[in-house]
Amino acid sequence: MEKKAQTLNAKKLTKQDFASDQEPRWCVGCGDYAILAQVKRVLPELGIPREKIVFVSGIGCSSRFPYYLNTYGLHTVHGRAPTVATGIKLANPDLSVWIVTGDGDGLSIGGNHLLHLFRRNLDVNVILFNNEIYGLTKGQFSPTSPLGKVTKSSPYGSVDAPLNPISFALGAGATFVARSIDRDTRHLAHILKRAAEHKGCSFIEVYQNCNIFNDGAFAELTSPETKLDHVLYLEHGQPLIFGKEKKRGLRLKGMNFEIVELHEEEDVGQLYLHNENDFNPAAAFLLAHLTDREDYPTPVGVFRRIQEPTYEYLVHDQIQRVTDQKGKGDLAQIYMSGDVWKVE
Amino acid sequence: MEDAKTRSRKELEHVIVRFAGDSGDGIQLTGKQFTRTTAIARNELNTLPDFPAEIRAPAGTLHGVSSFQIHFGREHIHTPGDKVDVLVAMNPAALKTNLRHLRDNAIIILNVDAFTEKNLRLAGYEKNPLETGELSAYQVYPIAITTYTLKALEDVELSHKEKERCKNFFALGVVYWLFDRPLEPTIEWIQAKFARNAVLAEANVRALKAGRNFAESTELFHSAFRVLPAEIPPGLYRNITGNEALVLGLISAGEKSGLSLYYASYPITPASDVLHMISLYKNFGVITFQAEDEISAIGSALGASFAGKIGVTATSGPGLSLKTEFVGLAVMMELPLVILDIQRAGPSTGMPTKTEQADLLMAMYGRHGEAPLPVVAACSPSDCFYAAYEAVQVALRFMTPVVVLSDGFLANGSEPWRIPDPNDLPPIQVKFAEPNGPFYPYQRDPVTLARNWAIPGTPGLEHRLGGLEKEDLTGNVSYDPENHDKMVRLRAEKIDRVRNFVAEPEIVGPEEGELLLVSWGSTHGTVLTVVEQLQKEGHAVSMYHLRWINPLPEKLGTYLKRFRRVVIPEINLGQLASLIRNKYLVDAIPFNRVRGLPLQVSELTEFVKSLLEE
Ligand code: SF4
Repeated sequence: MEKKAQTLNAKKLTKQDFASDQEPRWCVGCGDYAILAQVKRVLPELGIPREKIVFVSGIGCSSRFPYYLNTYGLHTVHGRAPTVATGIKLANPDLSVWIVTGDGDGLSIGGNHLLHLFRRNLDVNVILFNNEIYGLTKGQFSPTSPLGKVTKSSPYGSVDAPLNPISFALGAGATFVARSIDRDTRHLAHILKRAAEHKGCSFIEVYQNCNIFNDGAFAELTSPETKLDHVLYLEHGQPLIFGKEKKRGLRLKGMNFEIVELHEEEDVGQLYLHNENDFNPAAAFLLAHLTDREDYPTPVGVFRRIQEPTYEYLVHDQIQRVTDQKGKGDLAQIYMSGDVWKVE
Repeated sequence: MEDAKTRSRKELEHVIVRFAGDSGDGIQLTGKQFTRTTAIARNELNTLPDFPAEIRAPAGTLHGVSSFQIHFGREHIHTPGDKVDVLVAMNPAALKTNLRHLRDNAIIILNVDAFTEKNLRLAGYEKNPLETGELSAYQVYPIAITTYTLKALEDVELSHKEKERCKNFFALGVVYWLFDRPLEPTIEWIQAKFARNAVLAEANVRALKAGRNFAESTELFHSAFRVLPAEIPPGLYRNITGNEALVLGLISAGEKSGLSLYYASYPITPASDVLHMISLYKNFGVITFQAEDEISAIGSALGASFAGKIGVTATSGPGLSLKTEFVGLAVMMELPLVILDIQRAGPSTGMPTKTEQADLLMAMYGRHGEAPLPVVAACSPSDCFYAAYEAVQVALRFMTPVVVLSDGFLANGSEPWRIPDPNDLPPIQVKFAEPNGPFYPYQRDPVTLARNWAIPGTPGLEHRLGGLEKEDLTGNVSYDPENHDKMVRLRAEKIDRVRNFVAEPEIVGPEEGELLLVSWGSTHGTVLTVVEQLQKEGHAVSMYHLRWINPLPEKLGTYLKRFRRVVIPEINLGQLASLIRNKYLVDAIPFNRVRGLPLQVSELTEFVKSLLEE
């Protein structure tokens, strides 16, 4: 009750309230600017006071993010933002905690932590800027770079099989898994908001253009001419339809999706209805792996959203239960535990 | 009757007893019971448990031997002792591995039932040592411990195997008689421990009594002993291991500061017990987090500190290596954080269950860049309580990570601890920054140089911290050369000022003389024993034991110059020695043994004497 009153009384915050006094130092034209703009747009809509928001990042271009927001923020160690965020959220579950990471930071050096963050279902929001390249170290292949990618460290083409971030998140048990694109600002804002609203660990992969070292990596998905033919917008309860004319769809065949050309209106009936809340992650995996298949569209939107108890809840609930059972801790009493004897 | 017997007992100043057997023989438990009874009989004491690294080493083998040594006496007991006076060996392997620890003419109590062909072979004996005369330098008492135990339990409703397992209490009964100890404390303990299994309780009590009666009625020993009680300050006592003491110290600091603890770690020998124990105390509001790795443990602890808790993490050498990057970040962010390093023998995996002091330089310098932090070392198991408590005080007051050094010897070793009154512990005051006027994250307290601690949730104090160099005052990212130089010096100066806040150690002995022993950590007991002995013999020897190794105490420099010689004994290759030589330009002489064991009194005495004679 009290919290609600506070929020109501507080003056409505705006985008400007979330801007810090530091000038962003990303390259001109970098996709990071667009993501920052959408985050600033969404934060005031959440009704969370600024002092209760904490942004945590690791190292990399994207990880400069916290400096540009007038919230609490920590710019930490390469790959380790999830660990710091875990401490913050467990220490004070009342905070809205956001992790900003990249494909190198989150999936290479920090892959381990992200995995455990997901499986524990800590109620934080992870935004992973995927530009399929190392930017800050000036252009080496990353764990999401495609095979054959020619970079400074792979002059003859990368022979490292890439990781699929969505599949990784699903596999690790993340309870909210979504994808969006830096240039698709409205979609991005919508997904950010939904992630924030989800109680549990939210993961958003954002395709982000690094115009310096990997320009155009997602051009097909962002240029007005090709975009609609290559992007599949996932919507809960809706059939999987894509294409400029909305004339193509996906249906299940055996253990896979196949493309159906929609000639008649009834053809829609055979299409797969997207169900975010499906406890069985199989369909979400199939969608995640559409990017492996030539001629198939790239899904964006929410792949999966399920409810599970959050980690911080379980941790604090246990503390509460033990305290109820044993009574509030008493130092003198634990000093005396075990064998005590008296010397007169 | 009783009087006549007691009069015939020989009085001893101090004794070293060692129990040894298979790790399945209940040796540690037996040792702990003997310790407890000894403490209740008001002797000073010190113990050394030693068990195999393997979880279940094969029975009867040399590397499956577990042992427990206790040194007790009327006064000046600071170490587990060097040479054993009484060995209880439950099998041939226990005999073989422990012979080298015995003094000449030591008493050996053997379970002859275990000297079977198979066990002899497993222990690597070609012939039965009881028959070859190779034990002639000792007083050997072969007792059919298993047979007698089974006999005493003949009509008890237990399986053969269960009965056999009571044999350690029989052995304990024998040793109790040898030292004229009461059985009651152990009987009470057994009854409480096996409250739910009256038959088992009864069996163990019977075995214990049978052992005592056997020793008494057979007039087994040529002579029996008595160790007179020590003058121990009155109060309530308990036994405490170093790891238990760390936990209680941390919980106490949490309570006293009014902040709760956030404890995160990844299991590692010999630090895991800290996690186990602290996890029990959730009703103190302690948040415990078993992290996915060492890095996550410290990262989350640092995050919790940012959010206003006392972040604590514990580990041992290999884990500290993994944590170092975050320690550097904590130095940069100037947040409170306590890092416990329970040192073990390294490098690499080394000897995980053995003790060492070789992480000192890592604790001091094991980070990139100029990243100073306070380092405190506990000197005994119970001192771990105060070391942990003080570390929290310093971390909060100076907004800095603090490393607490313990080691395997302190962690598992125990000693009687006079239980303090929680109200007597020094208060810990914490002040979070409050929103009034302009807020500067790196504004410093003029006395301590600590910066403001502003925690998320406080309106108006939103700020960003990170690993990039900070501008003085504002904390904004800065690449300015002069600012960097200034900040590097400020961070160092802050740590230096910890000296004004912590108690200065007292010198043991006169402030000048022939030779000064400078020590730190768990070698305290050994060095103190040596110094007391030499002082008694009339040598001008003193001891200065360092508690805070960073910053070093003011007086150290003066003392170093007032003695003709300075010796620094350590269980490493001279790490404190190199720190001191470097800082004070004195020709300190290192004394080093790196065997995974505490230093021995006899060796150090000999070394010091040879220097005194030069
Ligand atoms: S290097 Fe690439 S990702 Fe980094 S700031 Fe520049 S454009 Fe953005």
